[in-house]
Amino acid sequence: MQPVLLVEGLAKEFFLHEQRETIPSCSNVCLESQQGKLTAIVGPTGAGKSSVLKCIYRTYLPSTGRIMFRDKSGQSTDLARADEHQMLRLRQHEIGFVTQFLNCLPRKSALDVVAEPLISVGVNRTAARTSAGDMLARLAVPERLWCVPPATFSGGEKQRVNLARGLISRPRLLLLDEPTASLDPGTTDLAVKLIETLKEDGVAMIAIFHQPDLVRRLADDVVELAPPMVVKDNNKECLS
Amino acid sequence: MSNRVLEVCGLSRIHGNGCPLCVESTGPENDTNICPHCSSVVAVHGVSFDLFRGEILGIIGESGSGKSSTVKMLYFDDTPTAGEAVFFDNGERHELFRQNAAQQRSLRNKRFGMVYQNPHLGLNFQVSAGGNIAERLLMSDLAHYGEIRRRAQELLLRTEVLPERMDQNPKTFSGGMQQRVQIAKALVTRPPLLFLDEVTTGLDLSVQAAILDLILEIQQELNTAMIVVTHDLGVIRLLAGRTLVMKHGRVVEAGLTDQILEDPQHAYTQRLVASSL
Amino acid sequence: MNIHYEFPLEEAGYAFGFLDEYAKKEVRRTILKAICIPGYQTPYASREMPMGRGFGTGGLQLTLSLIGPDDTLKVIDQGSDDSVNAVNMRQFVQLTCPGVEVTEKLEEATLIQSRHRIPEVALTESQVLVLQVPYPDPLVVVESSEARRKVMHAEADYSRLLVKLYEDIVHFNEITISHRYPTRINRHYVIDPSPIPRWDIPKLNQSPALILFGAGREKKIYAVPPFTVAEPLVFDDVPFRVEDFRDEHGQRRACTRCGATDSFLDEYSDDNNVKIYQCSDSAYCDGQLAQHQQREGKA
Repeated sequence: MQPVLLVEGLAKEFFLHEQRETIPSCSNVCLESQQGKLTAIVGPTGAGKSSVLKCIYRTYLPSTGRIMFRDKSGQSTDLARADEHQMLRLRQHEIGFVTQFLNCLPRKSALDVVAEPLISVGVNRTAARTSAGDMLARLAVPERLWCVPPATFSGGEKQRVNLARGLISRPRLLLLDEPTASLDPGTTDLAVKLIETLKEDGVAMIAIFHQPDLVRRLADDVVELAPPMVVKDNNKECLS
Repeated sequence: MSNRVLEVCGLSRIHGNGCPLCVESTGPENDTNICPHCSSVVAVHGVSFDLFRGEILGIIGESGSGKSSTVKMLYFDDTPTAGEAVFFDNGERHELFRQNAAQQRSLRNKRFGMVYQNPHLGLNFQVSAGGNIAERLLMSDLAHYGEIRRRAQELLLRTEVLPERMDQNPKTFSGGMQQRVQIAKALVTRPPLLFLDEVTTGLDLSVQAAILDLILEIQQELNTAMIVVTHDLGVIRLLAGRTLVMKHGRVVEAGLTDQILEDPQHAYTQRLVASSL
Repeated sequence: MNIHYEFPLEEAGYAFGFLDEYAKKEVRRTILKAICIPGYQTPYASREMPMGRGFGTGGLQLTLSLIGPDDTLKVIDQGSDDSVNAVNMRQFVQLTCPGVEVTEKLEEATLIQSRHRIPEVALTESQVLVLQVPYPDPLVVVESSEARRKVMHAEADYSRLLVKLYEDIVHFNEITISHRYPTRINRHYVIDPSPIPRWDIPKLNQSPALILFGAGREKKIYAVPPFTVAEPLVFDDVPFRVEDFRDEHGQRRACTRCGATDSFLDEYSDDNNVKIYQCSDSAYCDGQLAQHQQREGKA
């Protein structure tokens, strides 16, 4: 079965003009992502885990390597070389990213923040908000907060809104950057259940977890990064 | 591509006589807009970009970067010294700088919208807020008083201007409300292309947030293509999908907004992003 | 005639009609151009006249350029043949155009010069009406730059004028313009029809007579040619209304002099400070009165 995403020889380094320094971020990263499977990226801090996700999402421009993405229609595109409009379209319809931080408009209610990805692909506003409510409920966000803008929420609440927004639209490929970082064990479990549902729906996922325990529960594949080399390991038992 | 709204190629504007050395003696590498040989000001040079339907393009830069000058030319407030721009509308191609004055005015009144930083440029302070919007509708040949009133009311409601202020002169409004009236006026003809030039600069922060919010909501509803000119990175982050970074009249970097903000490539962009509070 | 500084007329060297033939030629050519572009303010070199600007020099130049020995002239001011300005004009024409007949009866006139009113009885194809105009450009209230006004006229962009009408309706529930109501001629140019009341505006539409407008101080001539469409500016749902001469009981007022209930009435206060109403068009009033007396004579 063709992978949804195939990363070959990905490397990223930053060139800072002011300091005239080159800062390497990650190098020689290879990984595969399959439908309905979660690939975990592990490694110490500074190994460039977030960078890999950002390179895939094109927030960072990869320095070298190929990122072959296979879209719904079966077409393969090298994300490292895709043009901006293609990238915007893919982000809207096929690739999702749950970042560590919630970025949203000051006045939008939590419900609208979560409904937004659906509305932007043409789902009717009421239906989108219903789905959003459903998603927030599954992550145990109290209903009284739904109509409030998330700016005043606690870290954990914000993260749940973030997660809800990222998971709601069932993209073909979902990138998760420490999605449960500020959540308590109870809510983490809820999140895990949701992720498992997504797997069943065929969503391909690449995730960074800070807890090895989660890697064990969710990952079908593990990729270990070490600055600056990478060791590919398909066997998750290595981590226990 | 059928989705394209605007195609700009090699847009340039030089104030003064110009000389053959103007272009190579100015720009970000020479850190100046002024030609040392002939003292002409190279306000804009070689700006090219595409804009697609429903997209928000940001143009960011500091004073003197040429960002406002670029947009002014597209809106016919100024004439370019070189370059072309094609506007695609309902399957028709309009070469903006080859149109005669009447055609340009027609496009400007009916197919473009413009919101200025200075409300005196965008609003007529001799008539009421509703009258400003009526003026735009009257330019588009609507001659039914009741219908004009209804549409003006609708738009003012949508831009959150209090209904009782509709018949008041915008002179008496706060800055934020004047901007809202401008936005309502710009949108009343449902233009496919909207230019926003530093629209929130100078407003209180809370008002800024509200206006940006409004712009995004409206954009989602009407699928208007927009060009947002600003010096504020926060505005770009919130509104624009793609951004151009300009310095000394040139585009130094162009890309997806989050990439520009998190992985800037050009030295100037890096400095700009690092300086953001 | 003062022999110390005036020549006798035959020696003074004035042409027929006071203006020299070159001046008349220019005015006539301007008139032709104005007729060809209905409603367009055609510029011309307005000559010095023996009266101050603001007293009808534009109208007078039109009259003097058109009048010939076979013409019969009627001059009215605010509808009256007797007012000072009308009398002066008439006497001036009689002085400078020997052989020209003058009259107060509309049906006898071939050329009518008027200030601020159009006669009540409809004009015929063989008559020409000359109106005196203070300000020819209706856009002058919304735009002070003449260059920009010219562009607005050329593109028929009267939106700013229409906004003024909109604001009137917002504040007063109706359009409050009483005189100089902007009127669109031949579906393009909007003119200021001179300070005639709204009552007279419908007479511009499809008029059998040629109607000329002369602004001497502003140096413009414009025309509403015969049988041309002339529409006052309105909104689709706010129709044009003429003056309403009904009293507090809803009864249409009548002229106290002749009893007519279909003419434009002027309002006066009599010696006891009571308001009375009379036909503005004095010749019309005279005619009505004569008709009554005839009927009474028969009865």
